[in-house]
Amino acid sequence: MDVDWQIYIFAFLVGGAFALVGQLFLDFSRLSPGHILSGLTVLGGILGGLGLYEKLIDFAGAGATMPISSFGNALVQGAISEAERSGIIGVLTGMFELTSTGITSAIIFAFMVAVFFNPRG
Amino acid sequence: MVNKKKKSLNQRQKKYQKMAKKEEPKPAYLSNALRAFFFGGLVAIIGQIFTDFYRLTFDMDTQEAGNPAVATMIFLGAMLTGLGVFDKIARFAGAGVTVPVTGFANSVASAALEYKKEGFVFGVGSKMFTLAGSVITFGVVTAFIIGLIYAIFIF
Repeated sequence: MDVDWQIYIFAFLVGGAFALVGQLFLDFSRLSPGHILSGLTVLGGILGGLGLYEKLIDFAGAGATMPISSFGNALVQGAISEAERSGIIGVLTGMFELTSTGITSAIIFAFMVAVFFNPRG
Repeated sequence: MVNKKKKSLNQRQKKYQKMAKKEEPKPAYLSNALRAFFFGGLVAIIGQIFTDFYRLTFDMDTQEAGNPAVATMIFLGAMLTGLGVFDKIARFAGAGVTVPVTGFANSVASAALEYKKEGFVFGVGSKMFTLAGSVITFGVVTAFIIGLIYAIFIF
């Protein structure tokens, strides 16, 4: 079994750091959670565009892939890699190449929740 | 306006305000921050366990294994929302569970549940992304701009 145990430490630290940044903005600014999640997504996209986010994933594993910022990065990586293959139109066709898992499963599971559960309170 | 009001306060009022401010409960910045950090790290560790599980079970590389791991975390976030547990965890853990994809799942699932009463087409179907929509919109706009920069100037 080749499990890199060290990555668990970095995953904890980096995953915690993203949450900490979110919490500090929640407590010290008047921004809503929606603003903060959107901001983190944009931040992840920019870091992805600079090629830094992939390095963070290599280093911290799920610590970088679990926060919402990885959604921004995945959108950018999809758009860039398809643009490299098929030119400018690839920005449109490749956009959701890597994020389809997240969006599809969010829709399917949320739909299932709405079918099987009722709101409480 | 505010300053004028302050000036017009008499000595006793000022004293009262000072006292009231002292007794006001302070937002627990430090403990909020620590809890968010701890739970954010915990969610990442759970995500890493799933990533390693898929990687070793289905012989994937780390990049590939991230996809089913994210899907699993979204499943957990959605289910906990349906069971009414997510809100209780989030009240304690704050951004620790809302910043990871579990929070994305929660915002989609809770909107789907909340608008169920408006029917499956107009409620669940169209209002599911009431909260999460802005994440997708701004993510796509950002990725579009960066993709264009790459397509025009770099490739």
